[in-house]
Amino acid sequence: MAIKVENLSYSYEQPFGEKVGALKNVSFSIKAGDFAGVMGHTGCGKTTLLQLLAGLRLPTGGRVYVNGEEINAKGYDRSGLRQRIGVVFQYPEYQLFATTVEKDVAFGLKHSGLSRQEVIARVQWALETMGFDFAKVRNQSPLALSGGEKRRVAIAGVLARKPEILIFDEPVAGLDPHGRENFLRFVKEMNQAGTTIIMASHNMEALAGYTKHLLVLEEGRLIDSGATREVFLRLQQRNNWAFGQTKAQRIATLLAEGNLALSPAVVTYDDLLSALKRELTGGGKG
Amino acid sequence: MLVEGKNISFSYDGFSLALRDVAIKIEKGEFLVILGANGAGKSTLVKHFNALLPLEQGELRVAQIDLRDEKDIWLLRRLCGMVFQNPDNQFVSSTVEEDIAFGLENYEAPRDEIPERVRAALALVEMGGYEKRAPDTLSGGQKQRVALAGVLALEPEIIIFDEATAMLDPSGRQEVLAIMDKLHKAGKTIIAITHYVEEAVAADKVILMQKGRILACGSPEAILTDLDLMKAAELLPPLPVRLYHDLRQAGVHLKNCPLTNEELVKEIWQLKSKT
Repeated sequence: MAIKVENLSYSYEQPFGEKVGALKNVSFSIKAGDFAGVMGHTGCGKTTLLQLLAGLRLPTGGRVYVNGEEINAKGYDRSGLRQRIGVVFQYPEYQLFATTVEKDVAFGLKHSGLSRQEVIARVQWALETMGFDFAKVRNQSPLALSGGEKRRVAIAGVLARKPEILIFDEPVAGLDPHGRENFLRFVKEMNQAGTTIIMASHNMEALAGYTKHLLVLEEGRLIDSGATREVFLRLQQRNNWAFGQTKAQRIATLLAEGNLALSPAVVTYDDLLSALKRELTGGGKG
Repeated sequence: MLVEGKNISFSYDGFSLALRDVAIKIEKGEFLVILGANGAGKSTLVKHFNALLPLEQGELRVAQIDLRDEKDIWLLRRLCGMVFQNPDNQFVSSTVEEDIAFGLENYEAPRDEIPERVRAALALVEMGGYEKRAPDTLSGGQKQRVALAGVLALEPEIIIFDEATAMLDPSGRQEVLAIMDKLHKAGKTIIAITHYVEEAVAADKVILMQKGRILACGSPEAILTDLDLMKAAELLPPLPVRLYHDLRQAGVHLKNCPLTNEELVKEIWQLKSKT
């Protein structure tokens, strides 16, 4: 499923007329099957944008099209949209409420028209996809699980609906390195299987290593977008934008300041490692 | 010793152990970082220090208070303040100053002292001027600094940061780390829990936890450059350490294993100048 956004704006009215977290005149498109990242400081409008894409807020200006259809137009099938777009918000683990893991994951399938058997099969698939032993976990209380497990159950609840677009807001915050890598690998597999992914993150390594395209927001405006590698390299040139740099880029920058410019330009850890190997084994240009 | 404990074990469900026979010593003025994967027992351990969790097994003394004895818990909570992970779940009032005053009122600070202590606490975290702001209009880093001011206003002996940077963007993290460093230099005892290994580089001492046990305890150099140890703890070493080892495998030998970007760059220049 493709998404297109035209002149999208949103502003939160505050009691004293102040406007906070606004999105200002944003336009872009995301092709079906893409893995798009959204980058920006806290308060830049990322979460607002994701909510608008999922049809959970009405824009104060502009339009959102999903597969060519405007989702806020009169007569648009919004409940159908909810089935096709899955959103995993920040701290999804706080949204668990049912008495068992199975019931929690099945909740989103209530109005899906699936039979009982189909629902169970879906729930089993979703939980196994998230790395659980279905037989072991199905009757456990979600509250008895660890934080990381709760988050995986919450994501399984979204997956169970088999959405064509998956939207993640800060999915790796608070996860340890293994949890992070496992999660990102799983998202990559979902993407390779055809699901369109949109992921907002503060983790530069996650964005650089996994996304194909990037959207960069600053104070509600889209300040850059394009292929991930190119965007990272452009952000490096903006001297006031210290945010959008990977750890490997920071090291490459320090080396360049001491007259050791690595080539080709470094974005990821692997870029840095192979450039240094060339440079330091005598194969470099010196 | 400001914190001294041994044989501490704890279970949430009476079945599986979240802490297994842990011993710990923390000196006054120390900057201690506790590293470990999710579920390693880091939070469970520190929540014993201010009795957020009951001491079920073992011995523990914090600031001369015996944790087996429950009568001094109120004092202990003041002496041992904590900043939590989620910046949005820590506020009870509609303005920054009311929120900090709330804690002081709870501890029955003299009324006429409250405004000055609120002001001083906000100044310490560099949030002077934000007194009248609503907490929910602040950035993540600012919220954590206000939460910290609420702790500092109570004049604690120990400040615990329980993954206080995990939910923040990189600039918010830098803000919180800078204040942590400042408090440490001012002589406060700091305990920080994290799985961002980079945040352990500046510590006086690092404790590595895994599956409820203390796996190792030592200087940042000793812990963070030990690949086997980090692997056993299911953590990734800092990038300079990984690069040092990956380069070695490719036949490139940097002289010393660097911990920081600056050290790494120095090592690379040194090697480069020889070739």
